[in-house]
Amino acid sequence: MRIKIFVCLKEGVLDPQGKAVERSLHSLGYQEVRDVRVGKYIEISLDAPSREAAEARIREMCDKLLANPVIEDYRFEISNE
Amino acid sequence: MRWGVIVFPGSCDEQDVYDCLKRNLGQRPEFLWHKDRLKGKFDCIVLPGGFSYGDYLRCGAMARFSPIMQGVVEFAGKGGLVLGICNGFQILCEAGLLPGALVRNSSLQFVCRQVFLRVEETDSPFTCSGKKGQLLRMPVKHGEGCYYADPAVLERLRKNRQILVRYADSKGRSSPAANPNGSLDHIAGICNEARNVFGLMPHPEDAGEKTLGSEDGLKIFSSVVAACDKKEKKAWLG
Repeated sequence: MRIKIFVCLKEGVLDPQGKAVERSLHSLGYQEVRDVRVGKYIEISLDAPSREAAEARIREMCDKLLANPVIEDYRFEISNE
Repeated sequence: MRWGVIVFPGSCDEQDVYDCLKRNLGQRPEFLWHKDRLKGKFDCIVLPGGFSYGDYLRCGAMARFSPIMQGVVEFAGKGGLVLGICNGFQILCEAGLLPGALVRNSSLQFVCRQVFLRVEETDSPFTCSGKKGQLLRMPVKHGEGCYYADPAVLERLRKNRQILVRYADSKGRSSPAANPNGSLDHIAGICNEARNVFGLMPHPEDAGEKTLGSEDGLKIFSSVVAACDKKEKKAWLG
């Protein structure tokens, strides 16, 4: 299985990087842009007996290492590639 | 007293801590390799600054899983003194020994300059030789030093007087200009509820002698030495 994990700063946590990107987009003329948040994207391959088993393992990995629950949220997508 | 200074792959201030303790305070610190188990008796374990594991993923995220850290968590749980400086502070937060997290500086720039810290509380083993309101001059050098905690945690920190040092200007006033990284509530360093674990972003070890421009950093280390003297230990425990 191939897993795509998205880690993003929680709402309420300042994201100076997102703000800087937003300002740059505005200066390029994309005035409609709002609420830019910059996050992380992680891809991993995994062997698991079932989708549910894979989900449980991924959640554990995210809680332990891949995301910091104090400042970050995560979500992931599983495909059978 | 016995000091242990942990060396992670990518640590770079361990020698500064070692030299500061040895040259300026006559201590005999010992280096501890991160892959070893924590063995022997120590009074204070220092997690030095640097870029452990290349700061990959998040600062301190991987160092917290180094073999020695399990021993550090147990040591702290038994009341042993743990001091985290810069990357060490980040590791202590990642390990859950201190609340909150350190995120990217609000300026997005790596900041390297002298700052003033205002001592807020003196009933801790890390500040017991200082005076309330006293200013300590020492350098910061970091890219991810902006302290963040959710409002409930922040409130608890204030209520329990866990904020031991805040950024201030030369007159002792906190302001956005005096805050080098955008830290919430101008927080430069906090301790845990039991007051035996302390993390701060500025570098006391780089302000240990006149040739470095300041000796104020010694206040932190000499507080620990004083606290480890039995009489004083009772004093900071109240």
